[in-house]
Amino acid sequence: MNAALLYALAGVVLFAVGVAGLLALPHLLRKILAFNILGSGAFLVLVGLGQRDGVVDPVPQAMVLTGIVVAIAATALALALARHLYERTGRMQLPESRGAEPESRDD
Amino acid sequence: MLAAAGLALALGHAILQLPQAAVSLPTQVAGNMGQSGVEHPVTAVLLNFRGYDTLLEVAVLLLAFFGVMALSQTQSMCPAEPAHALLQALARLLAPLMVLVAGYLLWIGAYAPGGAFQAGAVLAAAGVMLRLAGLLPAWAQPGRLLRTGLVAGLLVFVVVALIALGQGVLLQYPSSAAGTLILLIETGLALSIGLTLSGLYLCSMETRA
Repeated sequence: MNAALLYALAGVVLFAVGVAGLLALPHLLRKILAFNILGSGAFLVLVGLGQRDGVVDPVPQAMVLTGIVVAIAATALALALARHLYERTGRMQLPESRGAEPESRDD
Repeated sequence: MLAAAGLALALGHAILQLPQAAVSLPTQVAGNMGQSGVEHPVTAVLLNFRGYDTLLEVAVLLLAFFGVMALSQTQSMCPAEPAHALLQALARLLAPLMVLVAGYLLWIGAYAPGGAFQAGAVLAAAGVMLRLAGLLPAWAQPGRLLRTGLVAGLLVFVVVALIALGQGVLLQYPSSAAGTLILLIETGLALSIGLTLSGLYLCSMETRA
């Protein structure tokens, strides 16, 4: 067990936390945050595994750099969509996670 | 909660069981560094060996920006609320320094950690800071100059890729000109990434009615 493997395992924990948050939390802002934590976990796994032999592999590092930018773009779009939803409906939840209140909306 | 813990345990177990990689990528990268035109392996991978990734990533960034811009409901350029005078003075002082740092990061990317993305992030931070200090209006409809800047990085990248295509393979630069081409692409990218990232913020920061 070296430090790189420890990074990868910490990344796994972050990933699991992110998945749990994404599935369990109804609030959209929390979902977006959980999605980011999930992504950070995946990045940590990639970078950690990329240097577990003691040699730093530049390929996963470049992939993670690409991934970070894509994650930022996705987060910004998600936030804009969430905000739009809030302005339209006054809610910060997806329709299906409203749960046990089947309103009759005739539109 | 229990399921998440189970997921973490299963994934952690899988990671510990992973076999050694069949192909040693670091050796391959190190072996081809001479033809890459730059001296830092991550930059070489990003802009030469796996240029596709970076090209498409910039396209994704631009698409996300289009999405945000389409959702933004600003009707007109709304001037920023003026902030405290001290904050404004500090922002005026810091902004040129940040541009300088971005230029340095861009240049040093060929030799050390740094490059277009880091430079673009610093530029974007400067934009957001100026906005927060009330020195920059929100973008309602980006003008022609701004639009050109937004797509410049992707356009330069695509043009270079197409020229390289004429000589055989997409995004395979001739090794003699690779350094210059990469610096050219990175300059365009840094500018566009800076504008796009700050635009993601500036476009969605309209004031409420």
